[in-house]
Amino acid sequence: MDIHEYQAKEILARFGVPVPRGGLAYSPEQAGYRARELGGSGWVVKAQIHSGGRGAAGGVKFCQSADEVHKFAATLFGKQLVTKQTDANGKGVYRVWVEAASDIAQEMYLGLVLDRKSERIMIVASAHGGMEIEELAESDPDSLRRMTIDPAVGLSEFQARELAFALGLKGGQIAQMVTTLRACYRAYRDLDAVMVEINPLVITKSGDLVALDAKMSFDTNALFRQPQIAELRDRSQEDPRESTAGDHGLSYVGLDGDIGCLINGAGLAMATMDMIKLAGGEPANFLDIGGGASPERVVRAFQTVLADGNVSVILVNIFAGINRCDWVAEGVVLAYKQLGLTLPVVVRLAGTNVEEGKAIIANSGLPLISADTLAEAAAVAVAARPAKAA
Amino acid sequence: MAILITEKTRVIVQGMSGRIGGFHAADMIRYGTNVVGGVTPGKGGERHLDRPLFNTVREAVEATGAEASLVFVPPPFAADAIMEAADAGIRTAVCVTDGIPSQDMMRLKRFLRRYPESRKMRLIGPNCAGVISPGKAFMGIMPPHIYMPGRVGIIGRSGTLGYEAASQMKALGIGVSTSVGIGGDPINGSSFKDILQLFEADHDTDAVMMIGEIGGPQEAEAAEYARAHMTKPVVAYIAGLSAPKGRKMGHAGAIISAFGESAQEKVEILAAAGITVAPNPSAMGETMARLLTMRKVA
Repeated sequence: MDIHEYQAKEILARFGVPVPRGGLAYSPEQAGYRARELGGSGWVVKAQIHSGGRGAAGGVKFCQSADEVHKFAATLFGKQLVTKQTDANGKGVYRVWVEAASDIAQEMYLGLVLDRKSERIMIVASAHGGMEIEELAESDPDSLRRMTIDPAVGLSEFQARELAFALGLKGGQIAQMVTTLRACYRAYRDLDAVMVEINPLVITKSGDLVALDAKMSFDTNALFRQPQIAELRDRSQEDPRESTAGDHGLSYVGLDGDIGCLINGAGLAMATMDMIKLAGGEPANFLDIGGGASPERVVRAFQTVLADGNVSVILVNIFAGINRCDWVAEGVVLAYKQLGLTLPVVVRLAGTNVEEGKAIIANSGLPLISADTLAEAAAVAVAARPAKAA
Repeated sequence: MAILITEKTRVIVQGMSGRIGGFHAADMIRYGTNVVGGVTPGKGGERHLDRPLFNTVREAVEATGAEASLVFVPPPFAADAIMEAADAGIRTAVCVTDGIPSQDMMRLKRFLRRYPESRKMRLIGPNCAGVISPGKAFMGIMPPHIYMPGRVGIIGRSGTLGYEAASQMKALGIGVSTSVGIGGDPINGSSFKDILQLFEADHDTDAVMMIGEIGGPQEAEAAEYARAHMTKPVVAYIAGLSAPKGRKMGHAGAIISAFGESAQEKVEILAAAGITVAPNPSAMGETMARLLTMRKVA
């Protein structure tokens, strides 16, 4: 689960990371007011959306008067900001962060992530931060310093010191970097984060470290014990179809094709999508109905898939272990009747209670198309698409 | 012999008195699994499925000589239940639970390292379908009738895709020595490489079917192991060739994920290591059949 920059900064500041002074605004007027409240002669106005690449997309601006802050904020509110990391619809701007501008001498990069290879938290840092970090990782991977942390001991002071020296820091900056690293690690560990990123972490002209931007992501499996983090969820930043599906125990990702998929298990779902492509079709979505799916959940899955107007065929592919083919079949029949379906539905059932499931489909009197194998199901679904008007 | 479980293995079920745990434990007993008891804190002394229940894994091990445990404990408590099994001397734990926090897994993996090799517990999963040695016994949630006894080992991240492979093979008359679901979580107990090692040493396994997917370093690591150390042939399939790139918020994950995490890269790495890669998920069975025929002819 992602949170906004200003929320990440508040959290990291609480753990001891130095951040610039700033204030949140819900309207352009408020943004201007925040600038006057902060004082000084320069402010950075930043659109708050769950995505990186905001600067290049026009979501961040340095302003030199409260009036300019107000005017720029007015262009942001309600806008769908499209960045390199969002889809073509972008993400809506409903909050703006106004921050006292910093004098930047150097930009560095600092990130903490789960490293699947070592199965530990890994710190990634570079003396060269800013927007080009991905390019830097490709062109000059050696400039990135990496370090893994033993979960039984935590981040040691010496490790933090080593990293600070390796980045070329001097004097009082060493102690500031150690404090920052340990704060990030404790925030990651204590709050069940899966990602903490400060990019850029800057050295100001007066020689101090400041986190100019911050991102945090959290482990959704751990939200049960992090209620204060769970409260930060912002549904305005999510694809409404995906979040509604999630509310009903379905894992859904919308895609560009026209073959709607209802499948159990992420691996089989991906394999079925591969098979559809191979047969010459395009999947409209990824959808995993999960384990122990009731007929009601299957109906909900149909509704989710059909909310996409591009869908012209539905392919149900179930290999039941913890699921039951008879429940899924009941769900398919129920959905067909309740939702008044007219488009072709291809059903492939295998595994637990397969005979009962197939009988329900066969005896339903509905024009459902049965398939026995994965290959057959994909081929039949692709062939069942109504011919497009030329 | 098969690997990890036979009809002789003494199995306990942690969470056996729960609805789902009880349902699958009953299925396991019907199939012939030697389930010797269950563990539910607070229900020690009671019986369930005609088996004794214990308050702790230690009591269960002392009373029954249990060697293996199937963990059916809800996500908030699952890592703790697995550590309890390790400390009580269980040799193999299989965890089906989906949704364990990743930091719990991180600490759990670190915890397992405290035991000497001679009594270290092997963990399969979490978030996996389990382990089955067809015709003998199983621990997990798979539909056992889709597996035919035989001499090919299966390792897969995805449960349902593993079923798909087993049923394609059965349709072609190819049976399975043992099928192992290693689970889909970012941190899991046993990797592809760990299970390949077991199959390489198993006298009842002639070849291995390995089913991977996008993300993570374990398929590449397994390819390297197979190239350097395996005498038995391996067929692989990687799911997700058509999957769209995940939308990520930060860059940090992209930076540390090395070459070899996309489906296409994994296919290339596996093929370069001499592994036969099935071109699509419908061809897993026939690719294995072709390989076995070639072996016989040679």
